[in-house]
Amino acid sequence: MSDLEKTLRAQSPMAEAWRMFRRNIPAMFGLIILIMIILTTLYGAFVFTGDPYEIVWAPHEPPLLTPEFPLGTDYLGRDIIAGLLTGGAPTLAVGASAAIITMVIGITLGAFAGYYGGWVDTLLMRITEFFQVLPALLFAMVLVTLFSPSLITIAIAIGVVSWPQTARLTRAEFLRIKELEYVTAARAIGAQNGLIMWRVIIPNAAPPLIVSATLTVGVAILFEAGLSFLGLGDPNKMSWGLMIGMNREYILDAWWPVTFPGLAIFLTVFSVSLVGDGLNDAFNPKLRER
Amino acid sequence: MPINYILKRLGYGLLLMLGVVVLNFFLIRLAPGDPAVVIAGEMGGATEEMLESIREEYGLNKPLLTQLWIYVSSVAQGDLGESFFFNQPVSKLIALRIGPTILLVIVAQILSIVIGVFLGVLAARKPNGIMSAFVSVFATIGYAVPVFWTGIMLIILFASTFPIFPVEGMQSVKLRDANIFIRSLDITHHLVLPAFTLAIIYLAQYARLSRASMLEVLGADYIRTARAKGASERSVLFKHALRNAALPILTIAGLQFGNLISGALLVETVYNWPGMGRLAFDSILRRDYPTIMGVLFFASAMVVIANLITDLSYRLADPRLRGKS
Repeated sequence: MSDLEKTLRAQSPMAEAWRMFRRNIPAMFGLIILIMIILTTLYGAFVFTGDPYEIVWAPHEPPLLTPEFPLGTDYLGRDIIAGLLTGGAPTLAVGASAAIITMVIGITLGAFAGYYGGWVDTLLMRITEFFQVLPALLFAMVLVTLFSPSLITIAIAIGVVSWPQTARLTRAEFLRIKELEYVTAARAIGAQNGLIMWRVIIPNAAPPLIVSATLTVGVAILFEAGLSFLGLGDPNKMSWGLMIGMNREYILDAWWPVTFPGLAIFLTVFSVSLVGDGLNDAFNPKLRER
Repeated sequence: MPINYILKRLGYGLLLMLGVVVLNFFLIRLAPGDPAVVIAGEMGGATEEMLESIREEYGLNKPLLTQLWIYVSSVAQGDLGESFFFNQPVSKLIALRIGPTILLVIVAQILSIVIGVFLGVLAARKPNGIMSAFVSVFATIGYAVPVFWTGIMLIILFASTFPIFPVEGMQSVKLRDANIFIRSLDITHHLVLPAFTLAIIYLAQYARLSRASMLEVLGADYIRTARAKGASERSVLFKHALRNAALPILTIAGLQFGNLISGALLVETVYNWPGMGRLAFDSILRRDYPTIMGVLFFASAMVVIANLITDLSYRLADPRLRGKS
């Protein structure tokens, strides 16, 4: 391809990133697994009618022995497949909404700190450092225990403990971008601070923030799983972490009730982080010409 | 290193701890319900007399700022309140539990840095080799595995199939009265699985980070000079390159400490390790808030101290920062 053709074929940055992403085999592999997990979870949440709490068979039926229960049953005789199908929804919902909360808090505080500098920056960064001192899981446990263990509380608790990194990243991006010429140009034509922050700088800071958002989803899912495992999740919603927590006492009698939900959590976070790595590469101009 | 700088960092650390105390105070007040009932623990079934004595002790009938002052000054004197479930002062409960947690966290941290950096250096030697691919895959997997699940899987593996490591607790009951040497060996033996479980996640991250950091450094001129003067490959990698690549690793090691404590909480629960995480879990189940708040306070203090140590060692490791404040 000649240089001229390359120029003519130039596309929007997002289309260009997608072209890069598509050629990245691990990233596409992750994306496909993730889509399959999301579809299965949607099926479990909206189509599947089985009750994961219902006792349907003898306890601790091993996998592959009974055709109706291919993954076996747990310590009470509940179908593990039913648990896996319905247990994804709380995990994914909390993971996604906690990531959104994290991004909203982190980007807002980071943007103000980086853009205005001075005492605003000092104050906001002190707050950020303070939140980084609190051990995240412990603090989330405290929040969930003090307030009710509903999915919303859990999502907020995870969001409240994980925003500092996003704030630091956003601040760094703002510090870099606000010195660039197009920001000066925007200011020269009379753009207000708000417009410059949200319409000029944020779109240009989007690539690292999108990557960080993806990784945050992974972290949030692990958090939700950890909280549910400890029995601090919503007790009325079956979730993968809860399945592991409930069957923990009996691991030496039966390995399968804890193994499969753990694999489900692992696969979800694994695929999310493959996608995140792929996005990171796709947005990196240094890798683009290869 | 200027003493002023150390004092400044110490003062800042104390300020952060004061922040944690104030946060603890407001969390209890923000929780739905009567704070006295919250402090007594909802499962306790506290009598009216007990509630009255709590109100008296914490000054719950006084204005909010007075209450805050009472709380902060009693924490400053080492009084974190009384656990109504364990029927003991919280500070005493934590004093018993903090040692095992520090042991677990530090051993896991050392394990993950040493093994992780070693793998990362090996991988950086051939950026497109098998070792490099292995480190990348392993790092992504290590990041994605829930730590409590790794622990459970290892328990299943080592409890019945390969019963060479204990899967529960910190000491064997029958060795409790043995001499100190035997007991240390016993604790080390019990420590293998929990420490390794906790180390796996971070090990993967350090491997990835040190690989990236080494790759950057290996392209530098002074590495070419070192090779040109005939330094051995090992000396180039571990003396010339790693020393320069170590700074970002050190930064992350400091930042990771808080996460490590969160991870320790889950690992302690899985292995019944008698540390603060286990205590936090037990007290949360019993809604024993004074204990929970005490654990939060001490866990944050550990992070503050770890950050302080990282900060100071950073200055020792980077000659450019020495002498500045």
